[in-house]
Amino acid sequence: MSNGPLHRIFVIALNTFREAIRDRVLYNLVLFVLLITASAILLGDLTDGHEARTIVNIGTNAMLLFGAFISIFVGVGLVSKEIEKRTVFAIFAKPVNRAEFIVGKYLGLCLTLLVNVAVMAVGVTLALLYVGSGALAAGIWPTVYLIFLELCILTAVAILFSSFSTPALSALFTFCIFVIGHLSASLRELGNALGSAFAKYVLTAVYYLLPNLSLFSFRTEAANAMVPNAAMLLGGTAYAVVYIAILLTVAVIIFSRRNFK
Amino acid sequence: MEYIVEIKDLSKDYETGFWRKKKVRALDGLTLNVRPGQIFGFLGGNGAGKTTTIKILMSLLFPTEGSAKILGSDISDVSMHSRIGYCPENPYFYDYLTANELLDYFGQIFGYDTAKRKQLTDELLTAVGLEEKSRSRQLRKFSKGMQQRVGLAQALVNDPEIVFLDEPMSGLDPVGRREIRELIVSLREKGKTVFMSTHILSDVEALCDEVAILRGGRLAATGSLSELLSTGNEQRAFELLIGGVASEQMRNAVSGINGAKVLTKPAGTAIEVQNESDIDAVIAAARTCGGKIISVNPVSLSLEDLFVEAKNR
Repeated sequence: MSNGPLHRIFVIALNTFREAIRDRVLYNLVLFVLLITASAILLGDLTDGHEARTIVNIGTNAMLLFGAFISIFVGVGLVSKEIEKRTVFAIFAKPVNRAEFIVGKYLGLCLTLLVNVAVMAVGVTLALLYVGSGALAAGIWPTVYLIFLELCILTAVAILFSSFSTPALSALFTFCIFVIGHLSASLRELGNALGSAFAKYVLTAVYYLLPNLSLFSFRTEAANAMVPNAAMLLGGTAYAVVYIAILLTVAVIIFSRRNFK
Repeated sequence: MEYIVEIKDLSKDYETGFWRKKKVRALDGLTLNVRPGQIFGFLGGNGAGKTTTIKILMSLLFPTEGSAKILGSDISDVSMHSRIGYCPENPYFYDYLTANELLDYFGQIFGYDTAKRKQLTDELLTAVGLEEKSRSRQLRKFSKGMQQRVGLAQALVNDPEIVFLDEPMSGLDPVGRREIRELIVSLREKGKTVFMSTHILSDVEALCDEVAILRGGRLAATGSLSELLSTGNEQRAFELLIGGVASEQMRNAVSGINGAKVLTKPAGTAIEVQNESDIDAVIAAARTCGGKIISVNPVSLSLEDLFVEAKNR
C-alpha cells in the first residue's frame, strides 16, 4: 500500500487525464488529422514542390494553437470547475493537501497535452513520409518538444489565474500572456529604444516577469529543415521547469488560503 | 481519548459586499465536545452555522477565531483525514465517473491495492443500497437520492473512526432513509462515531445519543437527548380534554384561571394550564357546564419543542 504525496499526485493526475478523455478534449485530433491529410494531398500541387515545408508549417502551428486552446480553456476550468461543482469537498476531506491537488491537476492536463501533441506529431510525420520527406519527418520532433514545453508553461499560467479569478477572466488573462509572451523580447527592445529610463525599467521588468515564449518558437526554422540545438533544448527545459515551479508555487499559496463556501 | 471532537471558541466571519469589507458572523464562539462511539446530532435552523462548523472541521473553511481538534489532532493536520470520513450536504461528484470508478478513485487516494478497492467498492455500494445495475452508470445520470448514497459510501472508504454527515437523509425516500438509519446505527455498533447534522427531528430522536442545537451561530443547548428533554419537562403544563360542552362555554368558564389556554380539538375541548394546582379548578368549571372529563395529561416536551425553544431563545 503506497500512500505518499507522489502517489496521490499521480492518482489525481490520472483522473484529470481520464476527465479530459471523457469530456472529449482529444476530439480536436480528428480535426487536426483532417487538416494534415488535406494539406498533404492538396497542397502538393499548389506549393510547387514545397509541400513538406507547408505541412510542417501548418502542422506545428496547428499543434501550438490547438494545444494553447486546450491549455487555456481546460486549464482555467481545472480548479474552478471543481470548486463550482463542489467536488473539492470530498477530495479535501481525504488526506490530500491543496498542493498535491494543484500539482496533480496540472500534471493531468500536461499528460493530456502530451498525448495530444504526440498524436499530432505522428500525424505530421506520416504526412511528411507520404510526400517523401523522411529527413524532415525525423527533424520535427525536437520542435514538437519545444511546443509541448510552451504549452506546459501556458497551462501553469492558466492554473495560477484560476486559483483566484473567474474562469472567463482567467482565460482572458492567460490568452493575453500567451500573446505577450511571444512578444516579450520586442518589449525589451522597445524599452531600450524609447530612451526613457522609467519605460526601460518597466518594460524590462515585464520582460523578466512574463514568460518568454519566443524561447520555444522554432516552427518556421523547422519548416526550413533546421533542428533546434542541444543548448536551446536544455535551456528551454530548464527555463520551463523553473518558471512552472514558480507559477505553481504561487498558485498553491493562493489556493491554500481559499475558503470553500 | 475522552473526546473525539473538541471545538473551542470557534468563530467564522464571512466577508460580503463588493469590497468585502462587510462581515457577517456565521459562527460565534462555539465550544463543543463529542465523546467517541456515539451518534451525535448537530441541529439548528437554516443559517444556524451547522454546515459552516462541519466545513471548518474538514478544513474547507478557515476559522476567524478559535480552534478545533479531531482525534486529538488539530484540524489543520491533513494526515488526520486518513482516519475520518465526510459526506457533504447535497453531495456532487465527478459526473464523468461511474459509482464504481468514484469509489475506486478514492480507494486509490488511500493507497489501497486493486483487490481491496474492488472488495470495498462492492461492500460499500451494497451497504448504502445502490442497485448493482446503477453502479456502472455515470454519476451525471444519478438522481439526488442516488448521489446521496454514493456520498455516504465514499465517506466510509477508509473505514473511518469518525464520520461527519451533513444532512445525510436529504433527498432520500422513506425506504432510503430507513436503510441509511440502519447503516448509521451499524456504524455505532462497530464502535465508530457519527457526527451528523440534520433537520429531520424524528431521525435525531431515533438515532442520536447526544445533540447540540445551534442558534444564530451560537450553541443554544447541548447534552444527551434524555437529559435535555427531562430538564425541559421539570415545569411543564397539563392538558385536560373535556367533552360534551361547547368550546366557547368552556372559555368563559375558565377565564378566571391564570394562563389557561382553550383549544378546540376533534375529541373535545382542550384546556392547558400551567400549574398542577389549577387542574381542580378546571374540572370544577367543566362539571358546572355539564362537561365530561375525558383525560388529564402532562404536556411533555418533544424534541421539536426543544428545537423551537432553542431557535426562539
